[in-house]
Order: sequence, then structure tokens, then C-alpha cells
Amino acid sequence: MEPTENQIQTGLDHRHLLGLSDYSSREISLILETARRFRDVLDRPIKRVPTLRGITVVNLFFESSTRTRISFELAEKRLSADTVNFSASGSSVSKGESLKDTAQNIEAMKIDMVVIRHQSPGAPNFLTQCVDAVVINAGDGAHEHPTQALLDMLTISDRFGKLEGLNVSIIGDILHSRVARSNIHGLLAMGANVTICGPKPLLPVHLDRMASSKGDLRITHKLNEALEGCDVAMALRIQMERQGQSLFPSIREYHDQFGIRMEHLHAHKDLIVMHPGPVNRGVELASDVVDHERALILNQVTNGVAVRMAVLYLLSGQIASE
Amino acid sequence: MELNDIIKAQLMDAHDLERTLNRMARQIVEMFDLDESKAASFALIGMQTRGVYLAARIRKIISEVDRVDVPMGILDATMYRDDFRMRLKQPVVRETRIDFDIDDRDIVLVDDVLFTGRTTRAGLDALTDLGRPASVHFLVLIDRGLRELPIKADFVGRKVPTLPGEEVRVRLHEMDDKEGVWLVGRSPSPTN
Repeated sequence: MEPTENQIQTGLDHRHLLGLSDYSSREISLILETARRFRDVLDRPIKRVPTLRGITVVNLFFESSTRTRISFELAEKRLSADTVNFSASGSSVSKGESLKDTAQNIEAMKIDMVVIRHQSPGAPNFLTQCVDAVVINAGDGAHEHPTQALLDMLTISDRFGKLEGLNVSIIGDILHSRVARSNIHGLLAMGANVTICGPKPLLPVHLDRMASSKGDLRITHKLNEALEGCDVAMALRIQMERQGQSLFPSIREYHDQFGIRMEHLHAHKDLIVMHPGPVNRGVELASDVVDHERALILNQVTNGVAVRMAVLYLLSGQIASE
Repeated sequence: MELNDIIKAQLMDAHDLERTLNRMARQIVEMFDLDESKAASFALIGMQTRGVYLAARIRKIISEVDRVDVPMGILDATMYRDDFRMRLKQPVVRETRIDFDIDDRDIVLVDDVLFTGRTTRAGLDALTDLGRPASVHFLVLIDRGLRELPIKADFVGRKVPTLPGEEVRVRLHEMDDKEGVWLVGRSPSPTN
């Protein structure tokens, strides 16, 4: 699918990537197509292009992250941007500096783009109000994690050649999941049908608020119903560290009721399994499911770098526009 | 043509275009002494987007007239452009597809219009990252002058002196609704 002339002339309508809730299907398609071109670069002997030379990107990680941070750093380096890393531990934040002060200090150092991960929903949006730089949300509390959803959609559309009309089930702790929220917005906008499935206390109450656009959204508490006629099962990570709050009886019971096991892969011959990582083997997915050829978890990781290169590239055009 | 174009002259019609491409195909065959044995050390690379169609046409002519199938690749130099800070929207990155090793080959890079030379510079940098060709030659349909970099074409369809405010529009039936080359002026505002 070649981008249309229309896409060429208009680029992205947004100056920042805070979430997918207000991104159009045209913008999402443009990001996915651009990501495919950047993925070709990653297969070359020289995996670096000079596209963002002279652009400075700061990675502001207020919350611990391994793969998202590494993925963004790699994407920035592959594009020849200058990067600065900042993590909350061992920084001025632990000395009590506010987000606004941190941001303005960074701005004073002439930064063009900020990638931010923060435990509070809305922190990236707040940042856009106090700095001129282009802001990319790398996960804000339980709000959104747009680049994760974009890499998930790239992985799905690679496999099926489309997103429209596909049935995608998102299984697990939907309520606390920014990955689920971004995927629901993005997939529905692209015309996929989304089913969310999980224990009752982990499903959001106000679902209709998010139901928009082309695809249908439905809800179930039974894994079998979620997998019936389903093309892609996206398992979410159970936050073991949150288990003090006991939102479901036990890990074992969760696996029995919502864990995807080999029997499910046998029963649904075309079912594709995805997971944003890191996987708790034997909880969300049985260990042999993780290693199965229909689990696309490592494709997701590769696509993560390509999607972030595409987002950095497309938004870098907005630096000058103020 | 594009929205605000005012046509000043038609530089080539479909027939002229075909004749020019035939002539340049002859020049390439002569310069590289192309025959079956040379096809493995030679390649045409078309620059996105119209250079790709021009390269494909030249490849077809060489195949029909000389019975030599030369390899052809597609190059997009968007990631190597230097006008990054000057634009408000980023240009779309198109596909680069070169299914052969470019090392030690004689490459003919094909583009539609040679103007400032900046796109060619970007193309050369992109090629350099893909390997080390034995040589790179450059073919353009129209050389409109006004160079900003020390770059020249080895095969030129036609040299057309132009003014800075003018544009050269190459239109090919593969992607456009007409075929030919036009010199146009740009009207100052979209309402005119």
C-alpha cells in the first residue's frame, strides 16, 4: 500500500504524540507506512541514516522502563539525533524538583524533542504547556502508551495485510493498562473490532465513552468467548508488583481462567498471540505459547524501533512550526 | 500540472520523450559496452518517484533492442535530505529496493530533473551507505541549471536554462494522467 498524494501533502495533523485517541486513521496509516520504510534500514549493513542530524532529543523517564527506553534510544541513534537520557532515580527529581522545573531546565538547554514516561496520566500533556519542544508520550500512568499500540498495529497489519475487519481481543488488566487504552483507540479508528476480556474488577466501567469510529467494541469475562472468531489475542502483563491490592484471588487462578495455553492454540488454528512484554511465563501466557511460532512477541520488539523512528521523523517536521 | 501552475512552454511531448530515452539507452549501451557478460557488473537505479519509471523504460529498451536484461533498483533519498529544518511537514519516505549487491558494479543513477544538485547529493550518500560501487554515473531527462553543488550529469536528455521561480514538470503515464515535459511558472497566491 503506497501512501496517497493526499498523505504526502499533509503529513501529521498533530504537533505532539500524546495518545491515539485523537489521531485519525489517515495519520496512523502514514506512521505505519513510514515505519515499514525505516524497518528496511534496520536490515542494512549500515543501520543508520543522517535524517535527524542536529536534532536533540531528551528521554525523560520518571518511571523505570527497559525496553521502551532502549527502543527509543536506538531509534534516535539510528536517525543520527543527539540524545540525552534522564531517569528519575539519582537525579534532581529525587531531590524534590517539580516536573515543570525539570522541563524548563531541560528546555533552557535547547532541546528539540522530549520523550517522556511518567507515572501520572496527563504528564506529557502538561509538559506541552510548559515547553516549546515536540513531546512524545512513552507511557503516562494508566492513560496511554501510543508507540506501543502503533507497533502492535504494525505487527498485526504485517501478518494480515490489513487492520480493517479484524477481530482483536485484549485480555487482562484493562483498567490499569495504558497499552490497552491506546490499542483500543487505534484499532477502532482503523476499523478493527476489539473485544476486551478480564476479571470484572480489572475492566473499566465507562466503556461506551471510548467506543468511537469504525470498529465495534465488546466486553466479556470469559476467555473462550474472547477467543471465538478472534484473529489476534493480545495478552496484557499482570503487574505482579501491584498484587498487594489483590484484585483477583491468585496468580494460579488467573492463569486457569485467563491465561492462554497450548489447548487454545490447538482449538483456534489461525489465532495469533501477542504480548507487550515483559511476559510472566505461566501467568498471562503458558511458557510453550510464548515460544510458539504463532506468538509474535519478538516481531513486536523489532517493529518498536521502526515505529519510533517513524514517529520521531514525522513529528520532527513540526519543530519549526510554532 | 499542480494547482497554481501557469504553463509557459511544453518542452517535450510523448514522442520526444520516447526518442530521448532511446538515445540515452544507446549511449549507456555504448559507454559500458553492455552485453550478457556485463549485466552482472552493471545496474540501473531509479530515484523515487519518476526516476523509477524512467529507469524502467530504459531497462525495457535495452532488453528489447540489445537482448540484455540489466538489473534495476529503486532508491529513495528522503532520509538523506538536507532541507530538514526548512520544512513544516516531512516528506513521505518511500521504498528503497535494491535486490542485488551494489559493490563493484557500474551504476547509472536515474532521475527526472537535475536542479540544485541537492537531491543527487542525497542519493549519492544513500548509495554509499548501501555499498561501494565501482562507479556511479548520473542520467537525467532535464537539466534545468541553477546548481548549488558541484554536481553534473553524464547523460542528459535535454538542457533547459530556467529561472529560479520556474518549475519543470515531468509527467509520465505510469503515474500521471498525461505524458510530456512542461516549463511552468508559479502564480504568487492560490486565489489568483
